Amino acid sequence: MGNHCGTFNVTGKKTGELIFEKSVPGRRGFRCPAPDIDGESALPEKYCREAPLPFPEVTELDCLRHFTGLSQKNFSVDTHFYPLGSCTMKYNPRFSEHGAKLPGFSELHPLLPQLRQGEQYAQGALQVLFDMDRFLSEITGMDAFTLQPLAGAHGELTGVMLIAAYHKAKGNNKKIILIPDSAHGTNPASATIAGFATVSIPTDDKGVMDREALKRNMTQDVAAVMLTCPNTLGLFNAGIDKIADLVHSVDGLMYYDGANLNALLGRCRPGDLGFDVVHVNLHKTFSTPHGGGGPGAGPVGVKKTLIPFLPISRVVRREDGLFALDYNAPESIGYIASFYGNFGVIVKAYAYILLLGRQGLMETSNHAVLNANYMLSRLKDVLPPAFDRTCMHECVLTAKALLSRDVHALDLAKYLIDRGFHPPTIYFPLIVKEAMMFEPTECESKEEMDRFIQALRDAVALSADDPQILKQCPSTMPVSRPDEGRAARDLNANFFQTCI
Amino acid sequence: MNPYIANTADDMRAMFQAIGVSSVDDLFADIKEEYRPRSFDLPDGRSEQEVVSHLDRLAGKNAYGLKLFIGGGYYDHYIPAAVTAVMSRGEFLTAYTPYQPECSQGTLQALYEFQSLICALTRMEIANASLYDGGTALYEAMMMAVRTTGRKRVVLDGGVSPIYRKIIRSYTKNLDMALVEAPVAHGQAHRPDIKALLNDSTAAVILQNPNFFGAVDDFSDIAAMARACGALTIASVYPVSLGLLKTPGDMGVDIVTGEGQSLGLPLHFGGPYLGFMATSKQYMRKMPGRIVGQTVDREGRRCFVNTLQAREQHIRREKATSNICTNEALCAIQAAVFMSLLGPEGMKELARLNLSKAEFARKVLEQIPGVDVKRSAPTFNEFTVCLPKDAQDVVEAMIPKGFVAGFPLERYYPGMERYMIVAVTEKRTKQDILQYAQALREVLGT
Repeated sequence: MGNHCGTFNVTGKKTGELIFEKSVPGRRGFRCPAPDIDGESALPEKYCREAPLPFPEVTELDCLRHFTGLSQKNFSVDTHFYPLGSCTMKYNPRFSEHGAKLPGFSELHPLLPQLRQGEQYAQGALQVLFDMDRFLSEITGMDAFTLQPLAGAHGELTGVMLIAAYHKAKGNNKKIILIPDSAHGTNPASATIAGFATVSIPTDDKGVMDREALKRNMTQDVAAVMLTCPNTLGLFNAGIDKIADLVHSVDGLMYYDGANLNALLGRCRPGDLGFDVVHVNLHKTFSTPHGGGGPGAGPVGVKKTLIPFLPISRVVRREDGLFALDYNAPESIGYIASFYGNFGVIVKAYAYILLLGRQGLMETSNHAVLNANYMLSRLKDVLPPAFDRTCMHECVLTAKALLSRDVHALDLAKYLIDRGFHPPTIYFPLIVKEAMMFEPTECESKEEMDRFIQALRDAVALSADDPQILKQCPSTMPVSRPDEGRAARDLNANFFQTCI
Repeated sequence: MNPYIANTADDMRAMFQAIGVSSVDDLFADIKEEYRPRSFDLPDGRSEQEVVSHLDRLAGKNAYGLKLFIGGGYYDHYIPAAVTAVMSRGEFLTAYTPYQPECSQGTLQALYEFQSLICALTRMEIANASLYDGGTALYEAMMMAVRTTGRKRVVLDGGVSPIYRKIIRSYTKNLDMALVEAPVAHGQAHRPDIKALLNDSTAAVILQNPNFFGAVDDFSDIAAMARACGALTIASVYPVSLGLLKTPGDMGVDIVTGEGQSLGLPLHFGGPYLGFMATSKQYMRKMPGRIVGQTVDREGRRCFVNTLQAREQHIRREKATSNICTNEALCAIQAAVFMSLLGPEGMKELARLNLSKAEFARKVLEQIPGVDVKRSAPTFNEFTVCLPKDAQDVVEAMIPKGFVAGFPLERYYPGMERYMIVAVTEKRTKQDILQYAQALREVLGT
């Protein structure tokens, strides 16, 4: 390749060397079987690739070592405490990985049940989907679920499309969705993509949606209110029933963003609180691995009146006991994904729910909330909470007092990396200055949290004593403080655009 | 206590004291009595061993291990063991979106390499770090073309997967957009129809190569026609075929998408899969999804970060190019390992093997009386067959013989009751193909 973009560290070993730069012509990492048929076919030249295919030429060992080496540059739940708020980075049990990889699941072609009588070839897989529909409905207090949405934001979009279909069927001409200013960015983005205008509702002095502002905006044009509960400040809105009454009074619907469901298992259910549409992130509450940014899964649950609009197809149980796919849904919003959802992810969440059961799920939320409050109680004297009250599964603190010493939440985060911790979510929610959002999850031990708390307290102390140390962090990682402006200005997102 | 919780009774006492409460219930005081669940009727927890044996039983109720001659956009390719081994690394598996680049360089660099590999494969200038699947990626491409051109009319070729076309229709139902379809019957894209449908209010023409019937095409002429109208050309492609087929970049396609399942991902009953998207630099600011870019750190060392984030929902909220957040990062890395392992020769060999085996199967099936193998276009590893009987009946009758014989087209193309598409990957041996033909003869009674 002749490219020497990599730099050398003291041992002389290149850091950040790309797989393309390890390529040596003639090396092979894989051999296809020799053709067992006579003669080779060819296509007319006009349809053939003339261009070179500049893939790397490496051995299997080169390849394995390269990607294993890359993996070691990551912090992960397996290797580090990862209290990234709003993401529920809990431990991902390995037995569920094993379950999802069983050949009966992993080698199953998705078109099989679409053959005539084809459901009989996928009874086990369809049962997983059927059972999950029931489990999630019971956990959230909804009447039915679609498991198709492939991520949380995909669930949101599906949910908003269901809301649109509901209003269309009723002849309602509603164009507005109300969203609190503390919401995830996906909420307004999903609503807009589905064709709605959004109005942002401010947060009151208790850290929840300002009900007076909500009332002022509650017109006949309002199709829905999208809420995260507990909200992104980690707070439960004790007046949620009043909000639901208000929304329902204009025939609007209540949308529940389930990003924070891990706080509420067995304590309350969105369906009982008046929510009409719910999405759940299986990769958060139900402990499927986040994979560095997916695959996730974002099943959507609805109340009875919205069932006719659910995406095609739905898994049903026939009278003869067989599971089947129902494609006959004239009012459905249609296909929202190619198949039945991220099935491999769904199997893992299913295994997790079966293992924990009713009691284990309730313990999950109890300890997630206990751990978050413990961290809050041990940190709030050095970093004040955005709203000083009992939190749910996560807490939001502010580092704004440190600004006078020119120390930012970012500097504290980088210091934590050097102490061996993944930082919390920072600068979110947007309404809190220098926000730091901590979500320890139920899985972390008190000792680990204590170590983290001490590290963060040390960072705050350093901000007074020697802030320059914080500015030099992280110093233990292969790289430190990337120039993000340059990345966007001199865009290089493809090795072959810049180096050939 | 459930096995994923560490707190002991002593821990809890100490924590209650620090917080200033006397029980966990005190922490839930905001949740009023009337908010308590009306029911929470779930099964009792079970041991890992019991759950695994339950999953084993369910997995055993699925018909796997059949010889798959069914494709339809999702193919039974061999997955090298090294791919699975790398993907089992907890450091990839249990990390999240690389918001903190210093402790996420592994994911970031691997995604940069994935983007580069997709660009090399498609001959495009820039790719994103993944979308959900091939179908939703095509929808995102269409919306990107609408944003780019400011036009709202889209021409959809009938050779595009019917599943993808249904997805596009669902998402645009409530939007002010016009979708028009150019019909296809088991051949290539029909030029006169597409030409008649293109006009100066068209945002994009959407094509697929090879198309759903297996026909291989060269869209250079269509791309030129579209460009003359100010419309973009979007093509959904089958990545394995690009070891052999003319690339979308060389055809003048503006946005390329595809289903990445064939790049080392299991069939897994429909997911997780991998949507990919690539385009030219002039359109990159309209592209959805995460993009990883190379930069330097403060000591001048090469490193990687999420970039062009001003397009994304966490910055732009309602003005974002897409709502996508969590995508399919792990699947993208898996595909990157697959492509790196195969290398240029492996990818070419794999594509040639698929072509040759499918061609062999075509010839074998042609010899069966009454079986009409369509030859109206060159094909890659999937082709259309017209049977003397109802294709659904035939496919059903072939299953007890150990074969999924193909995908009957009638399901998505009413009137094509006797047609099916047959896929042949490198996993089908000569013997499989000959036994398949024999079984088909028996089923057809010829």
